[in-house]
Amino acid sequence: MTSGGVTARDEVLGRVRAALGELRGTLPGVPRSYHGAGAGPVDLDLLVDRLRDYHALVRTNGDGHTVAGLLADAVRERGARSFVVPAGVPPAWLEALGSGVLVDDGTLTPVDLDAVDGVVTGCALAIAETGTIVLDASADQGRRLLSLVPDYHLCVVREEDVVATVPDAVARLDPTRPLTWISGPSATSDIELERVEGVHGPRTLEVILVPAAADPRPPSTPGQSSEAPVQS
Amino acid sequence: MTSTFLGLPTVAATDTEHLRGEPFPVAARRALADGQLRANLGRATRTIRAKRQAVVDEVDDWQELREAGRALKAATMARLDEHLEQLEAAVTARGGTVHWARDAAEANAVVTELVRATGSDEVVKVKSMATQEIGLNEALASAGIAALETDLAELIVQLGNDRPSHILVPAIHRNRAEIREIFRREMPGVDPDLTDDPRQLAMAARRFLRSKFLSARVAVSGANFAVAETGTLAVVESEGNGRMCLTLPQTLITVMGIEKLVPAWQDLEVFLQLLPRSSTGERMNPYTSMWTGVTPGDGPQDVHLVLLDNGRTATLADEVGREALHCIRCSACLNVCPVYERVGGHAYGSVYPGPIGAVLSPQLTGVEQNATLPYASSLCGACLDVCPVKIDIPSLLVHLRAQHVEQHRATHRLPSPEAVTMAAAGWVMGDERRFAAAQRAGGAGRLLGGRRGVIATLPPPLAGWTSSRDLPAPPAESFRAWWRRTRGEVS
Ligand code: SF4
Repeated sequence: MTSGGVTARDEVLGRVRAALGELRGTLPGVPRSYHGAGAGPVDLDLLVDRLRDYHALVRTNGDGHTVAGLLADAVRERGARSFVVPAGVPPAWLEALGSGVLVDDGTLTPVDLDAVDGVVTGCALAIAETGTIVLDASADQGRRLLSLVPDYHLCVVREEDVVATVPDAVARLDPTRPLTWISGPSATSDIELERVEGVHGPRTLEVILVPAAADPRPPSTPGQSSEAPVQS
Repeated sequence: MTSTFLGLPTVAATDTEHLRGEPFPVAARRALADGQLRANLGRATRTIRAKRQAVVDEVDDWQELREAGRALKAATMARLDEHLEQLEAAVTARGGTVHWARDAAEANAVVTELVRATGSDEVVKVKSMATQEIGLNEALASAGIAALETDLAELIVQLGNDRPSHILVPAIHRNRAEIREIFRREMPGVDPDLTDDPRQLAMAARRFLRSKFLSARVAVSGANFAVAETGTLAVVESEGNGRMCLTLPQTLITVMGIEKLVPAWQDLEVFLQLLPRSSTGERMNPYTSMWTGVTPGDGPQDVHLVLLDNGRTATLADEVGREALHCIRCSACLNVCPVYERVGGHAYGSVYPGPIGAVLSPQLTGVEQNATLPYASSLCGACLDVCPVKIDIPSLLVHLRAQHVEQHRATHRLPSPEAVTMAAAGWVMGDERRFAAAQRAGGAGRLLGGRRGVIATLPPPLAGWTSSRDLPAPPAESFRAWWRRTRGEVS
């Protein structure tokens, strides 16, 4: 927009420069004496604690279960019938989920997803200190709406992808990918500060935490969709 | 190109409807008479204070994080023009469109035009202070476009034909029974047997909003942070309504004040620790969404960013006052403020209430438009102690009071009561012996040493305000000491 020939852009930038005057560009130093990336070890027990503290369900492979076994247990106990998965999940997951699985081919609409009981995804990483999982829309996580519309989100976290702190996570993530940081199920405290879980996102978040050895995957390039066939 | 505009004066916000109300003492006196309001506020702020303290105590480098946060914001402001240009370039390179707005009217016109171009007459909104500040919903309504607030508290406020009273918990002044009544009266298709159980109320909102999300074509959001280096925008939220708005519609329009930048991606490692712990008292809020322009095949394919001035450059021009632009809107200062706890957010007359509102609103509008707000504080210092970016709100308040007194003196022949008090304070503080005596005598916290070595006075500015407080400043004890003794939880 222009007024008197000066665009809003030029005028706002001009005002900023005028406001800063001579001080413009003098850069105060930024002391980064807080604990930065790589400052401490990863504590898997802490992750489990923090996830549970924010009321996520957690399954670990204490008995040496594979991810497929844990997925099958979770689905059976949940009683969920229909699931959606992103196109890039490993074949073993699909087998464990059985016949009711819908693989996202990029055309599923929000209304389609609203009719599905749950979603299974991987994640980019998890943060032990805060009990957070982060999705970055890689092939095993898919489009952002997949993990948003269904009421139950089952997320596989590989122990190798757990980092200790927020700075560790920021150092590892690629900001040009769409990122979703998830800490527990959605919640509100808007009514008298009383916490109610499950407002608009999935009302249940369940995490399966396994070593990578228990979650074998065929070699593939991250970010590339695999050719998993659509089943229904 | 740069030098062409160096001479431009900075301009305060001209449309100040949402940044000022009636004089604070008048509104405060009315609020103080409302027992229900005070009970709701007291309970809510007590709860958040305790939660915040618990998660802050968990972090052994909290002070280092605060110091980094303060310095990062100062560094952002020092090169704000360059950072804005960098942000614009990065967003544009990733398929987004950047718009600029000098004031509220211009921002509203830009958004209205963008919505019109989609052919939609409805938008879903995720809570945004900036769009409240510019009165976007009203502007859209007058263009025939319905804006639906989707944050639970905002929905309560919108359905109740009400105004928000807290940055983070806008319906903090409403209790469950009142909310049930609002839903039963205003929410289409609601179960008439709805109880006042918060869970039932939240589920009623879920059902009501879900159909709206699934069919929405346009969303309007704010942004908590924008990374200049990468063009990444971030929205921090709890309920998932933000994710719905940021993910499902085809068109996404984000309105953001120009001060919300951080220079580099790495800087978020500081703010993503400071913000959730300070605001909701959580280690991490349930959902944070980040997007950089358009991601083909995922989320909105038509992405816009409106950069808003509306008085911010005028604030930036004041070397002391510009610190108010560092605010990350966590609302911790509201929750610890003894004045806020008693009068609530509406008394401040601005979408920015509480201690930060008392320093930000008058600067955005020009102090003469909002003269009583800088006095809406006891200068007890609790706000500075909790602020995650260490904004020295008490010193800013004193600075603005001095400015107000200056302006008043310049325009009135007779000195105002504040000027008289200020002059008296000047006389007292001009002499070491007199000052020491006054300090001994003035036990009621009437004289404080500011961080910048300035000794400031706290004139009882307006008889109406002091008379409406049911807590006369105790003579033998400073306000701060009283606060510590009676609340015992100032960090
Ligand atoms: S001034 Fe500080 S404490 Fe208050 S809302 Fe802003 S960042 Fe939070």
